[in-house]
Amino acid sequence: MPVDPGLSTWSDTLLFAAVVAYALAMVAHAAELAFAGRAPVRRAPRVASAVLAGAGGPPVVATVPASPAPERRGTVVGRLAIALTALGWAAHLASAVTRGLAAGRVPWGNMYEFSSMVALLAVTAYLVLAARRAAGGLGVFVLLPVVLLLGLAGTVLYVPAGPLVPALDSYWIKIHVAAAIVAAGTFTVAAVATVLYLVRAGYDTGRARGASAATARGLGRLLPTAEALDCTAYRTIAFAFPVWTFAIIAGAIWAEAAWGRYWGWDPKETWSFVSWVVYAGYLHARTTAGWRGGRAALVALVGFAALVFNFFGVNLWITGLHSYAGL
Amino acid sequence: MAPSEGPAEGSLMAVLTLEAPPEPPRPPARPSPLALARYAWHQLTSMRTALLLLFLLALAAVPGSLLPQRGVNPLQVGEFFRRHPTLAPLLDRFSLFDVFAAPWFAAIYLLLVVSLAGCALPRTVQHVTTLRARPPAPPRNLSRLPAYERWETDAEPAAVLAAARRVLRGWRVDGHPSSARTPPALAAERGHLRTTGNLLFHLALLVLLAGVAIGGLFGYRGTVLVKEGEGFANALSQYDNFRPGRVFRPTALTPFAFVLDDFRATYQEAGPTRGAPRTFDARVRYRDAPDGPLRPYDIRVNHPLRIGAAKVYLIGHGYAPRVRVTDGRGAVVFDAAVPFLPQDANFTSNGVVKVPDARPEQLGFSGFFTPTTVPSPRGLTSAFPAARNPALVLLAWSGDLGLDSGIPQSVYTLDTDKLTRRATRALGVGDRWQLPDGLGTVTFTGHTEWATFQVTYDPGKRLALVAALLVVAGLLLSLSVRRRRVWVRADRTEGGRTVVEIAGVARTGGVGVGLEVRDLARRIRAATSSRAHPEGE
Repeated sequence: MPVDPGLSTWSDTLLFAAVVAYALAMVAHAAELAFAGRAPVRRAPRVASAVLAGAGGPPVVATVPASPAPERRGTVVGRLAIALTALGWAAHLASAVTRGLAAGRVPWGNMYEFSSMVALLAVTAYLVLAARRAAGGLGVFVLLPVVLLLGLAGTVLYVPAGPLVPALDSYWIKIHVAAAIVAAGTFTVAAVATVLYLVRAGYDTGRARGASAATARGLGRLLPTAEALDCTAYRTIAFAFPVWTFAIIAGAIWAEAAWGRYWGWDPKETWSFVSWVVYAGYLHARTTAGWRGGRAALVALVGFAALVFNFFGVNLWITGLHSYAGL
Repeated sequence: MAPSEGPAEGSLMAVLTLEAPPEPPRPPARPSPLALARYAWHQLTSMRTALLLLFLLALAAVPGSLLPQRGVNPLQVGEFFRRHPTLAPLLDRFSLFDVFAAPWFAAIYLLLVVSLAGCALPRTVQHVTTLRARPPAPPRNLSRLPAYERWETDAEPAAVLAAARRVLRGWRVDGHPSSARTPPALAAERGHLRTTGNLLFHLALLVLLAGVAIGGLFGYRGTVLVKEGEGFANALSQYDNFRPGRVFRPTALTPFAFVLDDFRATYQEAGPTRGAPRTFDARVRYRDAPDGPLRPYDIRVNHPLRIGAAKVYLIGHGYAPRVRVTDGRGAVVFDAAVPFLPQDANFTSNGVVKVPDARPEQLGFSGFFTPTTVPSPRGLTSAFPAARNPALVLLAWSGDLGLDSGIPQSVYTLDTDKLTRRATRALGVGDRWQLPDGLGTVTFTGHTEWATFQVTYDPGKRLALVAALLVVAGLLLSLSVRRRRVWVRADRTEGGRTVVEIAGVARTGGVGVGLEVRDLARRIRAATSSRAHPEGE
């Protein structure tokens, strides 16, 4: 199928527009966080009482808090931030669609397209959380890696629209890669929430020990409660993990059809396995005494690091059967 | 590895605790063998050990991706040995080039399997009994639970509880009649599917590993290079590389044969991705019984040939330049196509030609083939993967090829120990090259293409697939279903009104039991108020 250069150019322009909108949204989110979020110290008890409605008893054992902190809404800048994010998301989606139409195939056939799709899904996950009022304070920190990833995609990883190489020319690309994109995008948001959880938990610990001036001014002050962040991280991972499992299985089925074995310890497979095992470890760590909280969060971050390495490290430095996924 | 489901039911602590792990037993003071064994078993099946083993497994897999692996790419392993002659044997002693077949890797996953089985199997038995058990009795003080609602109504306690029963459809509900000390109450529980899913996930993992093991024991995988016009019959001697399972028997080889009639590759002709492959197509004729008819088939990437339980995959291709060698006596001592191995995306290919029958001296040639030849600063190179302008550059050697030494040689390398370097020449198709000193002549007569095929037989893969799908199903259940308990209590007060209390707790990592309790309270309230005031407000 011939490439449509007009549509392809549209796709590039739309992606640029999306990056601009995301960058502006990031500024708005940051402004919201800095100016509208002045009061978490004062409002923290209110949030807690909302969570543990009528608790008052002994520390109620709950690995997951009852509900995340309600979204800070109502500020003009906050609504602007969400609107800009949604606008960027729409342009981003249109960029993916036009790219697919230009090349006459799914728009995830190489690293550039895959990066763009992962970023799109990360923003999607953020917007879903925001719609459920579970994304308070996450905006800047989700959009930061999204903008960086898109910048990297548009410069270093960029390749013009073209047809698929034969190895990828199978209907499994629709299933396997789509699942990998959804999982990677959601895991990205989970990793952001996890980092923020650690920041906030560190801030809380500092305050409990007697707040020094440094911790009182820290970023943690501006963030949602540790429970809310932990909850967001857990829920996103609990969503992404089965999807990731399915992506690996779909990949195995495809590998069986394409290479004659469903598992062969190709570097891509190995690192998928590593990240899967580590995320499985995270889910177990949450229910293991002595591992809850900070340690489990670190495990989740190690899992995400394996995921990132699987994408960049394996594609760029290690030769394997997935090498065609490169530049 | 299945998450613990808490201690014995009944007490408030048991009701509230989500994942209270049982107190691990101390190592026995005066160890009897049995006590020690029990202690070791308990340690092995504990979640902490399982976690540790999981992380060890992840860590152990890492070198398998960073170092070349024999099972994945034996050529790269050889290259690594050449480049690191001192380091490589040391790494090899720790099986670091066969990580996934290494004893230490096996030790980790076998321990993990034992830990998994030792944890999941008893829990499955336990879960079956739990499934039939009644929901636990309500704790005395409902207001201490994380989600709690309370209101007063004029309806009778019995009517309230009857309404609650209707609202709690789909829950496992148990009635608690009033006693001397406690008013009547309902206990309800929901979400056993979470544990069911969790156990399904872990048991399916065990089945998945069994499927992998069956494939590894009884299956086989072999690769073979076939030139156009030549054939292959499924017998051990025909393979270039064969990896049998541990208990593989040659009788397991499906009897079939095929001839490669034509191999065609097409490439991107223009644009920025010029030269990228578009299609690979191996046209074969095959028979699936020794005297069966020949049937045509196109083997393509993502489109293998299925013969019985075996599958034939197209995994590679390349060029085989055809060379005719006439020796010093004027006899044609070699006339064949020799497979060369591609070195880059444009199929600049390396190979050797060995002519042991040449006289007065044996002849050997090392060289490279360029399908679309263009000059470059370093000599000739290929600018496109298709054969548009083929050329063959040969370096001629004469002397002893060393084929009689008894040491097996690769057909892709020349042992130059006893050879003398003679001359170099670039040949176009049809070019004839007169070797110096009357050694003979070489003619580059053209080329054919070759394809590599992989034949696999894996009797465990269907089981593995079914298990893998169950793994996902179990995961979805265990991560989406919330296990929670709700209690409703209705108490007659002095003033003749009824105090209704409803409280709930989520037993496993879920959220929003507060919302659910609020919603249940609203619906029970609506049901009772309409009953109390049939005419409405």
